[in-house]
Parts: sequence; C-alpha cells; structure tokens
Amino acid sequence: MRLSVRTGAWTGGLVGAFVAVTLASSAVGPVAIGVGSVAEIALSALPGFVTDAPASHRTIVLSVRLPRIALGAVVGFALASAGTVMQGFFRNPMADPSIVGVSAGAAAGAVAAIVIPVAIPFALPVAAFAGALCAAFGVYLLASENGRTPVETLLLAGVAVQTFLGAVVSFLLVGAGRDIREAIYWLMGHLQHSTWTEAAVAGVVVLPGFLALLVHARDLNVLLLGEEDAHALGIEVERTKRLLLAVASLLTAAAVAVAGVIGFVGLVVPHVMRLLVGPDHRILLPTSALAGASFLVATDTVARAGAAELPVGIVTAAIGAPFFLYLLRNREVHTP
Amino acid sequence: MTPSAIDVDGVSVGFGGIEVLDSVSTTVGEGRFVGLVGPNGAGKTTLLRVLNGVLDADSGTVRIAGRRLAGLGSRAASRLVATVPQSTASTFSFDVRRIVGMGRTPHVGRFEGRTGADEQAVEHAMERAAVADLADRPVTDVSGGERQRVFLARALAQETPVLLLDEPTSDLDVNHQVRTLDIVSDLVDEGRTVVAAIHDLDLAARYCDELRLLHGGRIRAAGTPDSVLTESAVETAFDTTATVTPHPVTGTPSVTAFATTGPGSGRVHVVGGGGTATPLLHRLDAAGFDISVGAVGADDADAATARALDCDCLTVPPYAPVDAETAGDVADAVDRADAVVVADAALAPGSLPNLVAATAAEQPVVVDGRPIGERNLAGVEGREAMARLRNRGVVVDEDGVVEAVRRVVDDAGENGSGSGDGRVERRAPRLRSGDGA
Repeated sequence: MRLSVRTGAWTGGLVGAFVAVTLASSAVGPVAIGVGSVAEIALSALPGFVTDAPASHRTIVLSVRLPRIALGAVVGFALASAGTVMQGFFRNPMADPSIVGVSAGAAAGAVAAIVIPVAIPFALPVAAFAGALCAAFGVYLLASENGRTPVETLLLAGVAVQTFLGAVVSFLLVGAGRDIREAIYWLMGHLQHSTWTEAAVAGVVVLPGFLALLVHARDLNVLLLGEEDAHALGIEVERTKRLLLAVASLLTAAAVAVAGVIGFVGLVVPHVMRLLVGPDHRILLPTSALAGASFLVATDTVARAGAAELPVGIVTAAIGAPFFLYLLRNREVHTP
Repeated sequence: MTPSAIDVDGVSVGFGGIEVLDSVSTTVGEGRFVGLVGPNGAGKTTLLRVLNGVLDADSGTVRIAGRRLAGLGSRAASRLVATVPQSTASTFSFDVRRIVGMGRTPHVGRFEGRTGADEQAVEHAMERAAVADLADRPVTDVSGGERQRVFLARALAQETPVLLLDEPTSDLDVNHQVRTLDIVSDLVDEGRTVVAAIHDLDLAARYCDELRLLHGGRIRAAGTPDSVLTESAVETAFDTTATVTPHPVTGTPSVTAFATTGPGSGRVHVVGGGGTATPLLHRLDAAGFDISVGAVGADDADAATARALDCDCLTVPPYAPVDAETAGDVADAVDRADAVVVADAALAPGSLPNLVAATAAEQPVVVDGRPIGERNLAGVEGREAMARLRNRGVVVDEDGVVEAVRRVVDDAGENGSGSGDGRVERRAPRLRSGDGA
C-alpha cells in the first residue's frame, strides 16, 4: 500500500522532471528557440495542433533536437535500469551494466565494423549489438558449471573477458589508420546525428525488457538476501538469475549499440536513487530508469551546449563522478 | 506413533569426491524438536540444505509431509519448509517488516498484490518472534540477536509445517540464545516440526525432544538427549575426553569436554569431601586413571560421583569421624596408589586422619583452591598437616591436576623409591611459601 503510493509519487515527479529537462534541452543549441515555442512545435507534431513557429525552427526541434533527446532518454533509461539490476544481482556496489563484458563486446564489434572496410548498411550498430550479446553469453557460459552460475565466477569471468576484448580493441586501433578518429569517437560515447529510427529501434528492445525486469523486482529483492535464502523462499534461483542477466545485458547492448560506451550512468544513478528511495527494487527500478533518462538528456545538453561539441561520455563522467564522491562523503552510499 | 513430518532415506551427498553425507536415513515425527549435533564438518548444515531443497542429494530421497522434495519446485518446497539461516549478511538496508514480508514470497503470485491475509501473517510472525517493535527499523541497525529473530519471523511468515534452523544460537549472548530457543519451543508445542543444528550440546539437550548425533557424514546415534549424549558417543564423535553429568538446574545431560592428552595409566587416590573431589574425579577418570576416593561420608557428593564413575570409595557413616579402621584403609589405599591428590576440602578433626594418611605419599598433589585459613576447622593439627603436604608435594590448581598426576606417576615408575634430590629440583619452582599458616 504505502509502497505503491510512494512509487506513484516518485514516478510522477520524475516524469515531470523529465518533461522539464526535455523542454529545456530542446531550447538549447546554436539557434536559440524559446521553451514556449519548443512546446508548441512538439505539440504540433500531434494532429489537431498548429504552430506559427518558423519552419526552420520546426525542423531543428523535430528532426534534430528531439530525436537526439529521445535516443538519450532511451539509452539513459536502459543503462540505469540495467545497472540497478546488476548491482542487485551481484550484491556488489561496483557492478555496472557492462560488468559481464557487454560494453567491451560492443566496442570490439563496433571498432571491427569501423576498421574493416566493408560497406553494409547499419553495420556499426548491428556489429556492436552482436558483439555485446556474444560477450555476455560467452561470459555466462564460461562461468557456468553443472547448471549453476556462481555470481563470483561470473564477475571474474566478466573481468577477464573485458580485459581480453580490450586487447582486441587496442589491436584493431593500432591498424586502424585514418579510421582511428571515428573509432575513438564511438568509444567515448555519443548521441550525435541521432535519428528517430535509432530511437525507435532501441525503444522497441528496451521497453519490453524493462517490463520483464520490473515484474521480477520482488525476486530481485529476495535475491539480495543471498541465493540460498532466495531458494528457501521459493525463488527458482538459477532460472531467475539467467533471465535477469540476459535481459539486463540485452538492454545494455541496445543502448551501447546506438550510443557507444557511455560510462557512469548505470553506476551512479542507481546508487543515488537507492539513497533516495531505499533498496526495494519495486520502487528503485522504475525511479532509477526515469532518473537515468533525465540524467543522460541533461548531460548531453551540457555536452552540446559549448562551442565545440563533446562526446557525452566525457560529461557524464565529469559531472557524475564528483557528485557521487560528494554523496559518498556526506551520506553513506550503501551497498545494495 | 505420530506421522513423520520428515522422512530421509539413504541420502548421500558428495562434494568433489568427499562424501559429506553417507547414506543418512532418519525420520522426524510431526511436532517434534530434533537437534542435530556433532563436530564441525560432520554434515549438519549439509543435511539441513538437503532438507530444504537447496542441495540435491546424489542418491536417496527426502520426503516432507509425505511429498518427495526432489519432485517439487522450489516454490512448492518453500511452502513446506522454512529455514532460518546461520549467518545473515546485513549489507542491505531493508526495514524489518519488508524482510519478514519476503517470507510471503511463496504465497504471492508474480502478478498479484499482497492480500490482507499476507499482511496479517507478517504482523503475526513479527509478534511471535518478538520483533514487532522493530518493524520499521532497517535490519542493518538491529543487534545480532534481534536480527536472528527477524529471520525467524521471516521463516514463520512462510507458514510452513516444518522449520529448519542452522545454528540458531551461535554468536548470540546467553539471553538471546535462550529467548530464541524458548520461542522455538513454543512453536513446537503448537505442532510445528523443528530441526535445528545446534553447536552447544547442553542447549541441545535442554531444548530438543530428540537428538541426532552426526559424525563423518553418518548418524551415529538417534533418540532422546539422554540416550544420545553418552560419554563414549561424545568422545568418539568429538575426538575428546568428556564427562556427561546431569545439569544441576535443568537436569538434562551436560557435557564437559577435555582435550585428549593421551591415555593416563596408574592408580590415584583422592582425598576430598564435601564435593571438592568431584571435579577432580571427572578429570582423572576422563584421563584414564584408576581412582580411589576417601574416606568421605556415605552421603557426600564425592561418594555419589565415585559411584557414578564406578571407582573405589572408602566411606564412613554420614557426619561420623574417620575411625581408626577406616584410617588404616585409607593408608592402604595411599600405599597402593601411584599418586595421591588432596582436594581443598574443609579440614575437620574427624577427617584429619585422611590428611595424615596422605602425608605418607612421596609426592602428594595438593590442589590449591580456598586458602587454608578459610577451611581449617582442625586447628593447629590441620594447619601442620596441610603445611607438611605442601612442603613434600606439588601444589597445582584444578586445571593442572591431571598433568601433575601424570608426572608423579611417571616419576614413581622411573625412580622406584627414588632419590630425594631430583624430586626437590623438579618441585622447587612450584613451591609456594607462607600459605596462610
């Protein structure tokens, strides 16, 4: 009862915050467009609304800024929910969405697609997505024995595979030649040149995945008590772990495939939300996801607000890390 | 006969080629409180993990309430068996009510909300485990003993017929140990079946209806605490020397273990009285010596102990002085003995012949407990007899008796009627002067 009221209130508040961030972000850019005008233009995309804003402004808002915001929102949403699940799953505060090698796999796939000169449409996101899933699945297989997957083994296998794939990426970069610029840019994480299609494709993967995680929120709570306890409380532990790991990896892979490696969102946002709403995943998971969406849109706005556009990964880390340290020093950041 | 709540048949479990459970079979009747006792690594926790379905047995079957555990999913199993874990990690800061609420997991569907019945079960469980007043505190903020009861409440919220507890009292202070076990006993009285791995043998004997003694992956003894906790069973299982006596307050078996120091051999005469020899008799008996005692009053606690340990005891009628004839018997016993031990008994004129006889020993072992001034009712004669004994002998405290006796017995074997010089040297560091005379 109390929990559902709290969840509703927090969700409402965060949706409001997200709308505010979206409007503010749409207004920011080389061409100054007022927030009111932005709102009008956005509404005019719906039937029955008209606007007298100039066509150039309409194009900027609807075809440049909003798709970018939408993609940032989907990516932030995916990374924060995957991070929340991974921290709970591993019972480890250091866990982030790419802990089982997802980002490293995506990076290897993406850099290979950039460096190897074959022209296939959408080769880059497809290769990144495939690389991410292969890495995660490989780590899972390496860590499994007799139908059981101990979390500690998974963690270590993840570290080893990440290191190996890091070597692969470095090797590819050494021979990259002129392509190295593009590869490094991808590796830093970016939301430039986003399209509605990208946002829609990512959204189609992320939204059902998120719902699957949400219906397992209670199981994730029980898993926090330890696997034996969870089993004794009626959770099919291995099956649940498999599902959570697969879905969280899928969300991360979708995000990384379209936006590159954006660090820190999946690590910091869940910690901050855990401080605010507590460890119960029924409220933590949706609030983290929404906060992640707002956070990434806001940081991307900062990234493109300056004279020269920065990769958003730099900004998330530059803003996120000091803020996290502040929390760490002032209020106890708990392990999940 | 009550129907069996738990039926374990030929269960074996191995880890990496080592049999942790070796075809274990046992049944637990409904509404019984069964304690699993045994040394570390005996398989107690493994057996509990098989009983709650966390671990699959390599062979054999486990039935709970007549249903095969292996055929049930963990959800169905967790409606039959609830477990209170041994160590409860506390890095997450759920509040107590939410932890207890997790006990409802097996009863709530994925897409269902909690019902009023669920809420009631949670509140009731917290009341029973005496944690209701902690309901809104984070579980990380409560003490270890309280946390143990929080997890007991969680198990109660599962509303299962069978409750398993893994070392419910380890790490708890005596107050919390007894509180936890009292709650569990009440649950048993209400018809729940409880199996608990309990380290503390005295607590196990006091609270459990039955015990299973595990050792080396097998059940070595099963039955009431009295029948299971025999000296030989405890000594074999725990690889120690032990004495089992009725606990003075509860009357249930109480086990005192001594580290095994190799078998003692030889004959020891103990002079005591008023119960002062009792602890010494247990230690010496456990160490393997042949013992005689006396002389003491026939109704003396030491005489009872001697009878319980089946050793020779010279007695006089209650409160009667040691007469000349008995004094002669004591002298004979001292003469036959390889070592003589003098307990810190009260000295009365009537018991003085005991001491006089003991002074005939070459090197009496004198137990230094109460100062002589506090227990001497025999005046100058008592003081002098005591001083003589201390001068000739070895003065030790209760813990040093067995070792001192062993040394004296060895000396007697080596030296025969022995040379005084060597003895004096060995004795010198142990001598104490003054001793309240």
